[in-house]
Amino acid sequence: MTTPAEPLIEVRNLRHEIDGRCVMAAPAFAAAKGEHTLLLGPSGSGKTTLINVITGLITPTSGEVRIAGQLMSALPAAQRDQLRRRTIGVVFQTLRLIGALSVRQNLALAQRLALGQNDSTAIEALIAQVGLTHRADARPRELSQGEGQRAAIARALCARPAIVVADEPTSALDDANAIAMSDLLLATAEATGATLLIATHDNRLRARFDRTMTLAAPQVAA
Amino acid sequence: MTLAGLSLAYLKDRALNTALNILLLTLSVATLVILVLFSSQLAERFERDAQGIDLVVGAKGSPLQLILSSIYQVDVPTGNIPLATVDLLRADPTVAEVIPLALGDSFRGYRIVGTEPAYVENFGGVLAQGQMFAADYQAVIGAQVARETGAGLGQKFVGSHGLSGDGHDHEETPYEVVGILAPTGTVLDRLIVTPVGSIWAAHGFAPPPAEGAAEDHDDHAGHDHDHDHDHDHDGDGHQDHAAHDHEDGHEDAHDEHAEAEPEHAAHAGGGDLEVTALLIKYRSSMAAVRLPNFINKQTELQAAAPAVEMTRLLSLLGVGIDAVRAFAILLMATSGLSIFVALYSALRQREGDMAMLRVMGARPGAIFGHIVLEGVLLAAAGALLGVAVGHAVVAASAASFPQLRDMGLTAARFETAELVIVMAAIGMGALAALIPALKVFRVDIAKTLADTR
Ligand SMILES: Nc1ncnc2c1ncn2[C@@H]1O[C@H](COP(=O)(O)OP(=O)(O)OP(=O)(O)O)[C@@H](O)[C@H]1O
Ligand SMILES: [Mg+2]
Repeated sequence: MTTPAEPLIEVRNLRHEIDGRCVMAAPAFAAAKGEHTLLLGPSGSGKTTLINVITGLITPTSGEVRIAGQLMSALPAAQRDQLRRRTIGVVFQTLRLIGALSVRQNLALAQRLALGQNDSTAIEALIAQVGLTHRADARPRELSQGEGQRAAIARALCARPAIVVADEPTSALDDANAIAMSDLLLATAEATGATLLIATHDNRLRARFDRTMTLAAPQVAA
Repeated sequence: MTLAGLSLAYLKDRALNTALNILLLTLSVATLVILVLFSSQLAERFERDAQGIDLVVGAKGSPLQLILSSIYQVDVPTGNIPLATVDLLRADPTVAEVIPLALGDSFRGYRIVGTEPAYVENFGGVLAQGQMFAADYQAVIGAQVARETGAGLGQKFVGSHGLSGDGHDHEETPYEVVGILAPTGTVLDRLIVTPVGSIWAAHGFAPPPAEGAAEDHDDHAGHDHDHDHDHDHDGDGHQDHAAHDHEDGHEDAHDEHAEAEPEHAAHAGGGDLEVTALLIKYRSSMAAVRLPNFINKQTELQAAAPAVEMTRLLSLLGVGIDAVRAFAILLMATSGLSIFVALYSALRQREGDMAMLRVMGARPGAIFGHIVLEGVLLAAAGALLGVAVGHAVVAASAASFPQLRDMGLTAARFETAELVIVMAAIGMGALAALIPALKVFRVDIAKTLADTR
């Protein structure tokens, strides 16, 4: 149903208000299959809010979000969950790795939920790619912030989603790891043809992305 | 890794809490299971062993003791009664059958019962091998006796004085096994049956009824045991044997040492033959009204109805059983509450996980199910462990208290009530998880994920 020309992510007239205050206003934006976009903007400009809107976790006050051609606001909750499960991998700013599970188990669960089955070879390969083979049995609380971020990125990638959305995936990483992580995200996206959207104020990433989208502070936009 | 695997992982993650909750539930389920096994097996055993017997006639004393000793073969008899009573009762038109019992000897702890083939027939006893006894010193042994002693047909053995297997041996004619019974699931399985005459003969009496009591009752000269019997027929079998002194030493450390030696069926001093008790079957219901009164008026006799005595015993035990059961149910409710508290507080810390699961595509219903499963797994572990512990305790009790084993207590049997207990425990685990699990429908994913705690 999705032709290569049709954008995987399409956003129009998007605005979100909380308690009457505009917290996010996004310019029109579309990302085709395989495109890599950096979502920029100062702290508090609404990057996380926009990601929540795109992943269907928040229904915006006004405007439209289309994922793979489907209007999110028109979908019933169950179908929205299904679309997200099948299409989008998310890396959250707060990681949200499941504390009771090891790194490997976190990946396996995500893969299972998205695909309904486990492919342990793919998981091991991914763990090796993010350099966590020696930490694969560790619990998230035993990981450093950077190791946690790498684990969360691996988890978002393990179901090979068409869209990968990451919220500040490199904020806690040193230069070498930040570059390595963005390279991993880019390389995986390249390999799977995934559309990448990364929210960050990390200028180290800027040079590696062809496209950017900048959110202005909402007060100014409004 | 599935959601069910995640349930397990959460339980493992708070292992101490999980272990304590399982322990609490194990205790309550084990208690209930033990109660179920005890009460159902004993009640059933009581019923089976008393089948067909309307009344027991024996020497005066405790009616319960009379029932226990002559029907269940667990207590010492109240004393002996004159053989003439048999004819007296057989002459009664309301009596269908009179089965005499002569007790007092045993072989390796298995009681030798002097009786008639009708006793075996009463329990539906069928010969697996050999034939019914036809002469004195011929013995037919129960299935358990055969199994445990390894005795076969033609095997000769010497009975020993006393019911507990630690008395001295009779130095007289040995018994010969002429028949082995198939298992009946009744008291018969652990008895050795022989004609009443064998018991008389073993104690120095000629089987044909002696004529008149020429000798003095208190003259024990005819008694050939090498220790001093204090035969005192006041019916207080427990008391008068406390003074009984074993000079020949006990070779094993049975805890039955304290058990008093029972009366011998045959009275040593006189020519008048005696039996220990009579099992009576009524011909008409009229007998129930008249016979017990008639017997109890006789100076030496008492009549006790198994049904009445066992009902009394069970109702006495029942109060205790009810109290323990109430305690166990309270314990189960407590463990339900404890599971609830554990899950409730655990889930408060897991809101972020729940939100993340939703983001990864798990449906709220699936997450709800996996939380309920957590309660169910916990309860199932506690319940199954409880059943295992309950059976282990029963097995240990049966192994260390031969009386319990003799009462038919076995751990190798499962009651439907146990299934009910397990289901109730699991249901309770599910219920305890239900309210915390409802949280998944209320969790605001975006807000929770934004929360940086
Ligand atoms: N649930 C909420 N309730 C109230 N205000 C909120 C809520 N979520 C976000 N906001 C507000 O909306 C604005 C945008 O927040 P958002 O988290 O999207 O910014 P951001 O660009 O991701 O910032 P950062 O770079 O610091 O992560 C902020 O002013 C924030 O305080
Ligand atoms: Mg943010």
